[in-house]
Amino acid sequence: MGIRFVLLVNKQGQTRLAQYYEYLTLEERRALEGEIVRKCLTRTEQQCSFVEHRNYKVVYRRYASLFFLVGVDNEENELAVLEFIHLFVETMDRHFGNVCELDIMFHLEKAHFMLEEMVMNGCVVETSKSNILAPIQLMDKAA
Amino acid sequence: MAGSSSGPSLMDSLFQRTLDDLIKSLRSATAISGADSPSLVLSRAVDDIRREIRASDQTTKAIALQKLTYICALHGVDISWAAFHPLELLPSPIFLHKKLGYLAASLSFSPSTSVLPLATHQLRKDLSSPCDPAAALALEFLSSPAASADLARDLCVELSSLLSSTRPRIRVKSTAASLRFFTLYPDSVRVAFKRLVENLECADQRVVSAAVGVFCELSAVDPKSYLPLAPEFYRILVDCRNNWILIKVLKIFSRLAPLEPRLAKRIVDPVCDHLRQSSAKSLVFECIRTVFTSLDGFDDAVKLGVEKLGEFLASEDDPNLRYLGLKGLSMLQPIHLWAVEESREIVVKSLGDPDSNIQREALHLIVRMVSDANLIEISTILLNYALKSDPEFANEILGEILSACCRNFYELVVDFDWYVSLLGDMSRHPHCTKGEDIEHHLVDIGLRVKDARPELVRVARDLLIDPALLGNPFICRILSAAAWVSGEYVELSRNPVELVEALLQPRVSLLPVSARAVYIQSVFKVLIFCLHSYLEQDGAGPLVTRDPVGGSQMSESSDAVMFEISSNCSFDSRIGLEGKDNASNVQRAHTSNDSAETKGFLTYDSLKHILDLIEMSLNPLVECSEVELQERARNILGFISALQKVQGSDFDEEGFRRDPRNCKLITVMADAFLEDLGPVSANAQGRVLVPDGVSLRDDLSDLDGILEGERLEEPSSAPVFFKRSDQLSEAQEEDLPSLTESKSLLAEHRRQHEVYYLPKESSEAEKEGYPRANEAPSSVGHGHIAEGSIQDLIKLTKESLGPRRTKPRPVVVKLDEGESVPTASSLKSVEPRDDPLSGVVREVLLQDGDEPTTSRRISSGNPSRRRSKGTMIPRSTGESAPHSDENLGDLQKGGRHHRSHSHRRQGRDGAQSRPETEDRGEEGKVSHKGSHRSNHPRRHRRKEEAEGPLNVIQQAPPGQDLLL
Repeated sequence: MGIRFVLLVNKQGQTRLAQYYEYLTLEERRALEGEIVRKCLTRTEQQCSFVEHRNYKVVYRRYASLFFLVGVDNEENELAVLEFIHLFVETMDRHFGNVCELDIMFHLEKAHFMLEEMVMNGCVVETSKSNILAPIQLMDKAA
Repeated sequence: MAGSSSGPSLMDSLFQRTLDDLIKSLRSATAISGADSPSLVLSRAVDDIRREIRASDQTTKAIALQKLTYICALHGVDISWAAFHPLELLPSPIFLHKKLGYLAASLSFSPSTSVLPLATHQLRKDLSSPCDPAAALALEFLSSPAASADLARDLCVELSSLLSSTRPRIRVKSTAASLRFFTLYPDSVRVAFKRLVENLECADQRVVSAAVGVFCELSAVDPKSYLPLAPEFYRILVDCRNNWILIKVLKIFSRLAPLEPRLAKRIVDPVCDHLRQSSAKSLVFECIRTVFTSLDGFDDAVKLGVEKLGEFLASEDDPNLRYLGLKGLSMLQPIHLWAVEESREIVVKSLGDPDSNIQREALHLIVRMVSDANLIEISTILLNYALKSDPEFANEILGEILSACCRNFYELVVDFDWYVSLLGDMSRHPHCTKGEDIEHHLVDIGLRVKDARPELVRVARDLLIDPALLGNPFICRILSAAAWVSGEYVELSRNPVELVEALLQPRVSLLPVSARAVYIQSVFKVLIFCLHSYLEQDGAGPLVTRDPVGGSQMSESSDAVMFEISSNCSFDSRIGLEGKDNASNVQRAHTSNDSAETKGFLTYDSLKHILDLIEMSLNPLVECSEVELQERARNILGFISALQKVQGSDFDEEGFRRDPRNCKLITVMADAFLEDLGPVSANAQGRVLVPDGVSLRDDLSDLDGILEGERLEEPSSAPVFFKRSDQLSEAQEEDLPSLTESKSLLAEHRRQHEVYYLPKESSEAEKEGYPRANEAPSSVGHGHIAEGSIQDLIKLTKESLGPRRTKPRPVVVKLDEGESVPTASSLKSVEPRDDPLSGVVREVLLQDGDEPTTSRRISSGNPSRRRSKGTMIPRSTGESAPHSDENLGDLQKGGRHHRSHSHRRQGRDGAQSRPETEDRGEEGKVSHKGSHRSNHPRRHRRKEEAEGPLNVIQQAPPGQDLLL
């Protein structure tokens, strides 16, 4: 499994989106989120975006008040994951227009739908923004 | 729905709070407690949802579920009670509701969710639905962590047919989902594998991307099984322009290449091409990784990789690239260490990086550069860094130094005096938590390296006399090792009196019991030594201690002259260094006795002082509830009282010396402590033959329970030195009145319980072989490279370098093969496991493996020929635009498929048209029956279905073999 989880966390450490690609119990999730948030949010701009944690690593990137944290296998290509994060942000940006934390909060399911289009089973399967957004736009039109 | 529930549902539909309302109220709920606290808002919301979700109205239900999903995903509320409700929405004709149902299910279900089997029917319906979004939803759900093995089993036929769907989106999703199917239900490989392989050659890059992703994951577990697919991957490596795909393919190759040298030879050029041409850092780094880990036999490629990596290392403003640069260096195999040496300036500089991750990588790299020629310098530098670093990193540095030094029996350490004092310095590091390792090293060096013992004793003494160290729980184990060293090698000590004082200082009570026990035992050893040498020195005149202490009995410790008596003696150089220090010690020990200055400080008075001190300090322990302490204390006190008994009431100087019984008593005890302890092989016990009539297995089962508490307290290396003293104390306690017989009793004991002793011959052989020469240190292979690095490190850190010592390397005693110096940080190697999945994959691939292998031998590797022969439709021309995120998606128009879409019919056709494949199918079936536990008819039918297409595809890759 390449990607193990995608987490969106705000500056205060509150989880804004959590998508796991392997099954974890609620307690495990809470513990994991706590550990990672503690570890990543304290890092500064001068430090690199990769943190090794337990038997995987976290690649993260900060956009305004939001941290995008992606847990990946140790062998995964760090730069490609950064690229993936950026793609995800750009896709949301295109959909919401200047995406912000509130957009994701109030449209959590849409963020999930986008992720579902982009990642399956921990593998990135779709990298075209228009392809990712097509089903969501279709749904919006129908609604 | 019953009428009772339709009532509230109408109300609920009218006044239902939407998800937005919920989020707003959660956001405004900032109070820590009370009605406005988030937890209360949440529980109220859950109560509402519990009612709403039972509504018959689909919209109400959907909104309730949406809220529930939100609460579960972001606030970690357990919603397992609602597991049935997502299922209710799955068949909904309204797509949004359906989607919400699937989302809720995939986020909150686990494979063990009890209602999950109820979804099977709906999933099958959605999978076969002509409507893309519905099928996509089902596939997404089946690839989520909620999917179970049962679902995979029941739906793998549907998945298989979707794998060659003409709808690109569905084909992508089913390809990606197949990974979950394979891992959950390995037998699905038989049904779907061939189509998955086919998808590697699909014209739609998205499908290829998904398929490559699946193989990338599969090959991580068991690369060997996927070796036959190398030609397909190679084609992608050469032709593909999509970086996402290339990265995955490179990963696959980095796993396959080590298994097949010819493959490595073939891929090295395309990989280097990508390395040279790509502007995408991610791809460049992946190429570097592949070269360094799997193509390290190709010097040119490695050089190119190192060159490119230099750009990473040099990027001042991007910590990510710097980190990856160091990471890349650490992937280099030892034979390419030159590259690390070349970049050492950057590496050493990175040790001071603001990012601890970069620091850590730099540390690993520096330690890798250590050789016996620069060990001292590098360790000194690192130790200085450790003093400046935060506790966590400081300990990492200490750990790295320790593991570098102890590698392969201190292979790199030439100057043990230096190393021992380094251990002393480390122990004094304020944040040191490496007590266990240091303890082990101190004892181990004492046992193995005879020449290091004088320095070891000095370092141990410095640690012991420092009362400040006793309060630090992390180094109590080091202190216990120091105490053992001081007791065991007391003849090398310059001032035994001081040692006894240190071992009995009041703050010792701060130590744990295990350490205190060692302290007391060491006091005993020191006492015996003092008494014995007092007698000896008296017999042979004031300068006797220049001779080996104890005359012939002590002759084994040939340089046991260290026991120093007067300041005007000519010391050897080692002691001379400490002359000043020593003078003050003498002062302290002999305030009352002037003759000490001339005659040595072991006067009768100092002996009396020791005895009094011991009695005073140990008397309280006689009633101690800790058995270890009590027993040891009693041993010593018993011995002292035995002396006094012999002496009678007038315990005076003359009488003490003259009394032959005293001499005998002391000599016997000294003899008991005399023998040098050597390292004991871990397998030594295994070599003891079990005599006839002795059963080692009976009635010892309850022993564990009895010994459990005791065992917990003992430090790991304790048995080495507890063992002998235990025997002694036993013998001594039994026979206090007739101590003179103790030795013969020991012999008697040995005779009776021979089983529990190591055979005499072997221990003697060990003693003889004691100075077995180690490899000469110079031969250990530090070449010009190491020399170079010294030069550089000297330049970089001028201030921290001391003069190089030129000393011959002392002998390090090694035992047989199986021994190793354990460290806390020793790595465990992971064995690849043979899981059912790879078994099935190998089986499926081998089924049609014979044809390719024969042609593989004949054909010459020529990609262009292979391509022209291929059955695939012409490649789309749209694949350009390197590293554009769109370049995956815009190619689907080429996704028409040349084969029949009904796999069933295709299967039958294939079987009929090619009789020989039919045969092979039969063979396959037979082998299935043999190797697989169940062959119930249903699965069997599927197998047949699967084999048809497999065999058809088999004709397809005529170029499959060209690679090798």
